[in-house]
Formats: sequence, structure tokens, C-alpha cells
Amino acid sequence: MGTVLLLSYLIAGQGLGASGAFARFEYFVFHLFAPQAVENHPVMGSYFADGANPLDNFLVYLILGVFTGGFISGILAGRFKKAVDKGPRITVKIRYILALSGGIIMGFAARMARGCTSGQALSGGAALGLGSWALMMCFFAGGFIGAYFLRRQWQ
Amino acid sequence: MTFPLGPQGLYSAFTGMLAAFVIGIGFGFFLERGGFSSARKLTAQFYLKDFAVLKVMFTAVVVAGLGFWWMVRIGMLDLSSTYVNSTFLWPQIVGGLLLGIGFAVGGYCPGTSCVAAATGKLDALFYLGGIFVGVFIYTMIEHGIEKFHNSGSMGEAYVWQWLGTSPGVILLAASVMAVGSFALGTMAERKSGGVVQPEGAE
Repeated sequence: MGTVLLLSYLIAGQGLGASGAFARFEYFVFHLFAPQAVENHPVMGSYFADGANPLDNFLVYLILGVFTGGFISGILAGRFKKAVDKGPRITVKIRYILALSGGIIMGFAARMARGCTSGQALSGGAALGLGSWALMMCFFAGGFIGAYFLRRQWQ
Repeated sequence: MTFPLGPQGLYSAFTGMLAAFVIGIGFGFFLERGGFSSARKLTAQFYLKDFAVLKVMFTAVVVAGLGFWWMVRIGMLDLSSTYVNSTFLWPQIVGGLLLGIGFAVGGYCPGTSCVAAATGKLDALFYLGGIFVGVFIYTMIEHGIEKFHNSGSMGEAYVWQWLGTSPGVILLAASVMAVGSFALGTMAERKSGGVVQPEGAE
């Protein structure tokens, strides 16, 4: 993993990331429906400046590779299986609700922090970025706090 | 030859796109192989039963960090044309806490949810849907809380700068911490009856 990350820096001049691609895809879809509103939006507009396509970006191709690589590894290891990964004490429906909620919180937080665990903690962490290290420590703190209250979900 | 290659215009946009795709394959492959497609295994970190998250993250940071800064030192990696996350301390602190909480709730992070979905985890699809909702909400309010969003701005600040030392010292300290957490983690894993096996691995 460290080697892949280093290669990413050496080749592309930037680290790995996941959340950025999601935002770009989302803005792209919004743009299909309401191009004017998106281009004039104070946050989304910059992704379309000078006719740019937000999907034509390192992070977007990277994430397509992540899906592919995960799929290849899952097939090779015999781990590809339609399943719901959850703790033993909760129903599938509750797991779905919690997964959705967790996704909402992390999508929100990743935009706030300008990156998620991949882009900030991992990539920024390796480059010894100050804010990324602060984020990494807060991530573990938040994880332990959250996990304490959600122990019935997982254990 | 100096790095990074991308900004030097040595290859076409298509090659760059292909390179990104291949790097992504490597990232996804090793995430999945590390067992990170299982929310149970990922969250077991926070119950001190499985230290895969800490181990993989620490190793990656130390390995990539050593390579990165060593190449900067010998002049093979040009820091000025390498993108390093700028520091915006407050949103990163609050965002980091929220990322941790969201991880405990949802069981994945954005990257790992992709490999989970790619290996057939249905809960990961709900998580992915959630990301889009969360991104949308923040995008809508970002302009309104611009002051907070840009607070604690320090540019491309580094931990070693802040502590008045060198990258080597920080990486040495991180290596020692990594080895220590490996030993402690492995002990805790044994005590709790072994690491968590991902769903579908028999």
C-alpha cells in the first residue's frame, strides 16, 4: 500500500484519494440537469471553469481503478459474494440505515476537511502535512468515541 | 530524471489517465487483500480486536513517507510541483472527528466502501449513496460557512516544520510508533481470539 501511494506521488505528483471523485461525479450529474445553476454556484462553479469537465481528473480515473482492483482481488481470493456485513445483534434493515447515515456523515465531513481518510490521513499523512496529521488523530479519536456508543451494532 | 513525472508533460493526457487507473487498481487490490472490504473487520479496530486499520495505515504512511522525503532530500522529487494537502486546521480537526464518528456508524470510509461494493457488499451500496447525500449537504452550506471552512489556514505546512525539526526525525518517531503499535496490536489480537475474518472468506 505504501508503495502504491509513493508511486502515485512520483508519477502523478499527488497522493491517493476517494471522496473527491464522488463530489466530481455528483457535480457532473447536477450539471446535466441544471448547467446554469451549477456553473454559477459558488462551490460547484469552479469545477466547470473555462468549460472544464470535472470527470477529467486523476481522482476520477483512480477511483474507477479502485473498484476494478477490489473486484479483481475479491474474485482471486474467493471473497466475491453478495452479502451484508454487519454485527450479529442487528437486523439487515438497521444495518442499511446505519450504513447510509455513516455515508452521509463521512461525505459531509470529507468535504469539510478537504479529503477523507485516503486523501488526508493516508496521503497527506505520508507527506507529513500538518493538517493531515491533526485530522488523522481526530479520526481515531472520533472512531473510538463513536464505536463506544455503537458497540451494540458491531459486537 | 526527476519526479513527479505528470506535471513535466512527458506523456499524453491519455497515458496519465491510464496511469491513474492502474494506480487505482493497485490501491483497490491491496485494500481488498488487506480485508478492508469488511465493515466488521474495519470497525474491530475501535474495539481493539483487530489492528489491521492501524497497521496498514501506519505502514503505508511510514513507507511512502520515507520514500517521499528521501527523494526530496536527494533532489529527485520536486516538492514544488507535488500536491500536498494545504492545512486548514479547524475544518480538518472537526472534519476528522466527524470522519471517525461516521466510520463507526457506517463501517467504511469512502475508499474502502468502493472495494466492499466491488466484492458484493450490499450495505456498502447504502454507504455509497450516503456519501452523495453528505457531499450534497456540505456543498450547499459551504459558501455560508466560508469563514469556518477556511479557518486555521497555514498553507502547505508540515509536521516537522511545526515542531522545528526535520522530516527524518518525524519519520523515525513514526516508525518507532508503528513498530510499538504492531507489537501491542498483535498482543491484543491474540488476547481477543484472533483477527476478524472478512465475510465470505472461508
